[in-house]
Order: sequence, then C-alpha cells, then structure tokens
Amino acid sequence: MLNSSLAELSAALAAKQLSAVELTRLFLDRIRGMNATLNAFITVDEERSLAQARVADERRGRGEAGPLTGIPIAHKDIFCTRGLRTTCGSRMLADFTSPYDAHVVERFAAAGAVTLGKTNMDEFAMGSSNETSYFGPVRNPWNLGRVPGGSSGGSAAAVAARMVPAATGTDTGGSIRQPAALTGVSGLKPTYGVVSRYGMIAFASSLDQGGPIGKCAADLALLMNAMAGFDARDSTSLERPAEDYTRCLNEPLRGLRVGLPKEYLSAGVDEDVLARVREAVRWFESQGASMAEITLPNTALAVPVYYVLAPAEASSNLSRFDGVRYGHRARDYANLGEMYRRTRAEGFGAEVKQRILIGTYVLSHGYYDAYYLKAQKVRRLIAKDFAEAFARCDLIMGPTAPSTAFPLGAKSDDPVQMYLNDIFTIPAPLAGLPGMSIPCGFDRQGLPVGLQIMGNYFSEAKMLGAAHRYQQATDWHLRLPPEAAP
Amino acid sequence: MAWEIVVGIETHAQLLTRSKIFSGAATAFGAAPNTQASAVDIALPGVLPVLNRGAVELAIRFGLAVGGPEVIRRRSVFARKNYFYPDLPKGYQISQFELPIVTGGSIQIETESGSKTVRLTRAHLEEDAGKSLHEDFHGMSGIDLNRAGTPLLEIVTEPDLRGAKEAVAYARALHSLVRWIGICDGNMQEGSFRCDANVSVRRAGDAALGTRCEIKNLNSFRFMEQAIEFEARRQIELIEDGKAVEQETRLYDPGRNETRSMRLKEDAQDYRYFPDPDLLPLVVSEQDIERIRSEMPELPGARFRRFTDQLAIAPATARVLVGDKVLSDYFEETAQGASPEVVRQAANWIAVSTNARLNDRNIGIADAPVRPRQVRQLIERVVDGTISGKIAKEIDEVMWSAGGTPDEIIEKRGLKQISDTGAIEKIVDEVLVANAKQVADYRSGKEKAFNSLVGQVMKASKGKANPAQVNDILRRRLKG
Repeated sequence: MLNSSLAELSAALAAKQLSAVELTRLFLDRIRGMNATLNAFITVDEERSLAQARVADERRGRGEAGPLTGIPIAHKDIFCTRGLRTTCGSRMLADFTSPYDAHVVERFAAAGAVTLGKTNMDEFAMGSSNETSYFGPVRNPWNLGRVPGGSSGGSAAAVAARMVPAATGTDTGGSIRQPAALTGVSGLKPTYGVVSRYGMIAFASSLDQGGPIGKCAADLALLMNAMAGFDARDSTSLERPAEDYTRCLNEPLRGLRVGLPKEYLSAGVDEDVLARVREAVRWFESQGASMAEITLPNTALAVPVYYVLAPAEASSNLSRFDGVRYGHRARDYANLGEMYRRTRAEGFGAEVKQRILIGTYVLSHGYYDAYYLKAQKVRRLIAKDFAEAFARCDLIMGPTAPSTAFPLGAKSDDPVQMYLNDIFTIPAPLAGLPGMSIPCGFDRQGLPVGLQIMGNYFSEAKMLGAAHRYQQATDWHLRLPPEAAP
Repeated sequence: MAWEIVVGIETHAQLLTRSKIFSGAATAFGAAPNTQASAVDIALPGVLPVLNRGAVELAIRFGLAVGGPEVIRRRSVFARKNYFYPDLPKGYQISQFELPIVTGGSIQIETESGSKTVRLTRAHLEEDAGKSLHEDFHGMSGIDLNRAGTPLLEIVTEPDLRGAKEAVAYARALHSLVRWIGICDGNMQEGSFRCDANVSVRRAGDAALGTRCEIKNLNSFRFMEQAIEFEARRQIELIEDGKAVEQETRLYDPGRNETRSMRLKEDAQDYRYFPDPDLLPLVVSEQDIERIRSEMPELPGARFRRFTDQLAIAPATARVLVGDKVLSDYFEETAQGASPEVVRQAANWIAVSTNARLNDRNIGIADAPVRPRQVRQLIERVVDGTISGKIAKEIDEVMWSAGGTPDEIIEKRGLKQISDTGAIEKIVDEVLVANAKQVADYRSGKEKAFNSLVGQVMKASKGKANPAQVNDILRRRLKG
C-alpha cells in the first residue's frame, strides 16, 4: 500500500478494498509515528482529515468519485487553507488562519482529495535545506543527519517517508525539484502560469509556481490534472484549454532528442551524482533517444541574477507583514516606527531578513539600473539560451542538484555555498520553463540522486512521459528510506 | 523687481467605476468602515490583483479628450511604489511609473489675457490608499480600508501656469472636463477630486525655474488660490531676504491661511519602484480606442465652437454654458426646434438668470425645478411680444417657486402685454395729466424727466404695456 501509485490507490478505493477513511487513518498513523523524528508537518488536524475522508467515501458511494477522490495529500504550508492554519514556516504567521482557500487547495478539494495537513518549509520558501523554518528543520528520511532540501522539504520528506502518498509544493528557484532530488521522490515545476498562484503566499511573484511532489511521474500527471488550469484571480495564469497530463505516459522514447548541457555535466558536480545521471542518460539512449551535447552559456549567471530578482520581489511582497491587520505584532512599542521594526524583527528569521535587505538594496535609488535592470536583461539571455537549445532538442537532462543531501548545518553559515546548491534548478524558473526531478540512483553513502528533466513551455506531458518510461524500467522511486520501512 | 509665479498641478481624480481597480469590492462612498474591503484590499497573504478594465476605459476616455489616440500608450506598465503606512495594506501602492497610460495632451483655459494651452505631462492609473482615523481610539489609530484600491487617475501638468488665478482656471477646467466625459464625479468634499500644486517663483525674464515646493491639501478652488498666493509670497520674501527656498512638501492650513512644512526633500522616501510582477503589461488595442472614441460625448471645445459659430451665441455666454455639461445639455434641449432669436435669447437667459438662481439655491442644474420646455416657452413669449422682459422675470419667479407653464401663468395672472395703441394712449394721457411738473421739466430740456414718465406709464399698466409703444406714444404726445 505504501508504494502504491495514486492510480492503484484509487482502484483499491473503487474496488472497496478499503475506504478513504481507512486509507486516511493509515497515513495519519504514520504521520503520528514519524513526525516527531522528521518534523515534516507543521499542522495536522486528524478530525478534519477524517471528516473529509468520510465525505469522499459518501461521494464514492454516490458514484461521483474522480481519480483523486479519497486520496490523502498534504499541502505545503505556503498554500492558504480556510480553517487550517497557514504559517509559511514563519513566526510572522505562526497563528494565522486564512479565511479563504488557495486555488490549488480548492482544486484538490473539488477532486475529493483528503488533506492530511500542512507541510514544513523554509520560512517564506527562502532556503534550500529547510533549516530556515520557524518550526525547526525537517530531517531527511534517508539520513536523519542530512537536510531534505528546500524549500518544499516537508512535502518531499513526507512523501519519501510515505507519511502521505503525494503533496503540493512550490518552486521559485528549485524548491520542488531540489528537495525531490535530495529525498528520492519525483517533483514537477510546471511552466509559469499553468498553476494559479492565487492563495499561494508570494515569495518572488515572477518565479513562483506551484507543482506536485509524488512517488512517481504517473502520480505527478494525475496531480497536475487537478492542479493546473486557468484562474481569473491570477493575472499571470494562462488561459489555455485543459490538458490531460497523463496523455503521453506511454509514448515511446524512440526519436526523442535529448540535450545534455555541458555546463550541467561538469566539474563542481559530485562524482557519484554525475555517474548516476550519466547512467540514466545511457538508458534513455538505449531506448532509442538521441543525445546531443548542448550549451546553456549563461548558466553561471543564473544564481547571481536570481539573487537580485527574487529578493527584490520578496522585499516588496513581504511588506504586507507589518503587524497591522493580521499575523505577529510586537507586544511593546512606543510609536508606529517601533511597531514596524519590532514586529518585523521578531516575526522574520535571519534568512528572510537577509533577503529583504538585499532586495531593498537592489531596488534602491541609484542601484536599480545596476542590479535590477541588469538582472532582468541577463534573465532574457538565459531564456534565449533555452530557446536556442530547444530548437535542437525536445528535452534537456542533467543533475537536479550538484550534490546529494548535505549534513544539517553544513551550509547554513555560508549563504553563497547554500545558494550554489540551486545552480541547476534556478535557470528554468528564470525562463518560465517547466522542470522536474526523478530519482536515478544513490551515491556511495546511500543518498538519493535526482535526474533533472527540463522541457520547452507546456511540454509537461512529454516530460512526464519520458520520466514514466524510465520509472517503468527502474525501481529507484520504489526504494524506501530506512525511516519509512513498514 | 517683478516676480513670476510658476505653478504645476497634480490632480488625483477618482474614477467612476462601481468596483475597485484591482478587486471586486464596491467603491461607494460613506459605507461603514471596512465593509467594502475584500481579501485583496486587506492584502491577505496569497491574494493577487486583477485589473478592472472599466478603470482603463475611463483613463482612455481622458486621453482621447486631452489629446486623442496619439497620447494613449498602447502598452503601459503597472509598478509598485513601496512604502510603509498603516492604511497602505500591501506596503506598496500599485501605480504606473515609467510607462503611464497617457503621455502628453493639453487642456485649454481662459485667462485674463486670453485663451491658453496647458500642457499635460502624463496621466496614470493607480489605486488609492485607505484612511487612518486618529479620533475615538484612545491613543490608537483606526484603519478604514474601504477606500483602499479605489481607482485614481493622476493627472500631471507641465509647469505652464503663471500664478494662482491661472492655476485655479486650470483646476476648474479639468474639473469640468472630467465630469463632462463622465470619468469622475468631481466631489471635492468627498475627496473624489484632489489637487496638489507645485509652486516656484523666479524673477521676470529668468529662463531657469526656481526651487519648487509641493502644496498639499487644496480641497477647494478658493483654498488653492489662497495657498498658492501665500506660498508665492513666502518664497519671494525668502529670496528677497537673501535666503533660499528649500524643496519640500508643504501642507496648506485653511484655518490660518498659510502653508507649513511637512517634509524636506532629503527626507523624501525612496519608493523603490519596480514593475509589478503580479500584473501583465496593460495593452490597449486600436479597436478599444476606436470603440471608446465612438462612445465619447461632444467635448466642451467642440461644443463651444458650435455654439458660437452656428448658433451665434456670444463667446462669453457660450463659455458659461460649456462650463458644465448638464447645463449645456439643458440649453440644447431648450434650443431644440426654436427660432434663432429664441435660441440666442435662451442662451443668455440660462447663462445669466438660470445660473444665478442655481447659485442662490446652491443646487445643480439637474435639480432645477424649471425645465427646458418652460424656458423655451417663456423666451418665445418675449420674442413674439406677448410679454416684456420684465414680466418674463416675474413669470420665471413663479415657475421656480410654484411651477406652471408660462402660458398658464400669463393667462391666470393676466400678464399679457398691452399692445393696443388706444389703451396705451389712454394710460399715457392720464399720466401726463397727473405729472405736469415732469412734463414741464422735459419740455425745458431735461431728458431725464422722460424716463420718469415712461416709468409712471409702465407702473400704471402694471408692467404690461409694450415698452416700445409706450416710448413712441409718449414722444408723440410730448411733442404736440
């Protein structure tokens, strides 16, 4: 059951082999058993989950079930949920309950999915290790001394440990793909504008994109069918006909043109990571895909560009957390200025403050042209690199992260080292392109390695198809971490 | 030493949309605090702005009125203006910065020295902030976010205005225009039309502009005039005393009729403008512009020219009529199907008499109890000689206080003009007999005595005698 795909779980529910309530209890038990160790969940409301499960069972009884009806999922705590607190991993919102549901939450509710809880994350999605959460770090189920990656580390660890069959995440510079890679699960960041950002607490608006985290590509496709779609409440949401993300799952790989960017398969990447990625690539070749070395010459500029643009947007997006209307407010203050200063000094953690400072600086009078405008120009060059690459290939493959999961605390004092961990995941969101990570083996320490697959705009179904074919031939995605053993 | 006062005006005109510029909440004035604030207006975590195209249409209407399609940007960009204030929920205001929807255009004003063109720098869309309430909260402040997100069009002039009178003439012309084209109700008390003035002074003949101060809180035309006059005097005195004007924002205090410093330029905030990533660039198509243009009313300038050129109305009268669209519509209805002479006299009547009554009662033309059809009949009776101008005023008074049509009132009160020569001769003869002294005075060359006799005749006829006939008969009788 723990390794069953969503389609298999759905079939079991349909065949009445078990009820949604039983399935929900199974996973709630696992959360209860493991969360003290892994800290993957910030909030769990068992009664609420069971009530949803009962509704799902009733719905199924009436013959109104869809593929996700009764399937337990978890939401990254960045998605607003009515009646279930939404913290965004911050003290600022530690007691905040949204009066409305995010679009993504609405979609899963409409599909009949059962929400088990809200998963831990780096504070305001700023981090690559899940160590910046006000609610404490998440531990990697493959090695409790290691980070799960971030910022969707709670969702990734929860899926890896089979505390939940699937979860939502968000990706701004790699926050779905990098934790998926570090915990041995599958994660997809869709094309910008495919999943509505309404109700997703903003970090960097021009980059943020919600997406699914699951055990396998086939599950991601089902989750995308629920999550994706136009939403008039998000002006950057794209109005396109609905698509079935499962439609290419069984497409043959023959003739597929795969680009291998030399900048991604180079020095600076762990030897084991490179080896596993090369093995995966060889498998695709063996199935009839053609391989071509390509170049994405501006890759090295992606991290500096990102660390100008994302903090700039964040510094503005986080201004609303001022203690006036909701969220944390300092207890003692003599005047308005002090109320703001103390509220924000107490409410935000160090990483968030650092990024607000960077963002405020790069937008300041006299610096805007040198930083923000220049970064926007380089951003277009990065998109151009991809446009040229996709003229020659259908998919791009490479490592998701340059290393496997690193020890807790190893990089928390060195922001540049931490930021460089996102070097391969930052380019796709800068270009608005979709990217995904699937497990492709382990390093010599037994830590999972992620294969990144990037595609052109709206090529999610094709990417999912390639990933699914690989997962039909491999079992990396079915290996259970020691913590999750039944 | 002669000084020149240079003024530029920035106006925030609240656009007449039913809902806010980035949310679906209502914009109506006067609701209970925070009852018209949606999740977007409160800036809850995760909410996003969605542009109200209605506000864009009103901005386009303005662009068409001040310059035509060429001043409307086909692609404009919303930017974030970042600053902290409790009534600014997001910590930034969504405005337009580098690429506003309207660039250029002009407004024609009438000054003592004739007609003048005031160039506009730009007009851009933005959202209003909420209101901070500092009373009744026992040492705390209340925040009302009903106004947060209300659409505004900020209209900025070049420093083309010279002195307080021109500034006010511009503000009045703009005020009239925005109401004329139906984009703003112009209510200054409710803050729907707010002006700030940038004032500087320089010695006559200097090419360079002086250091300017921005004057805020000019919520009436009278205050605007007083504030600019005070501020210019203050700056002139500073310079004449050998001191320098410092660039700053000043607040006008109507109670004391003075401006005082709010903040110096050095204290000005760095707003850290950048394009709002939550909103796509605003694209306006040629079809949008063409459709909106086809729906535009005739503009005041065009109507002025039609009134003066085609209807032979005096320019001064025409200017009064086109000062207000409803007033000029009222005139147009009055003039409908009337003879040229009736049209000409009706124009004067409405510009002078009707306008005076509106001012006395402090009401708008829409609320006038006397409607165009009544005015037309009244003027027709003057022109066809049924009544004199004096009787017309009397009838008008009755219509304003008790209603009724001119014909009914003439009939009921027997006000028909006496044009029967025999009847007038009889009255004249009686008056001459009773006023022997004036007759003698007139005959001894005192022309003034004639007027007195005319007055006596009119009085005796209760104003009904045809004045022209009275004149003729009296002259004839006095000669004989």
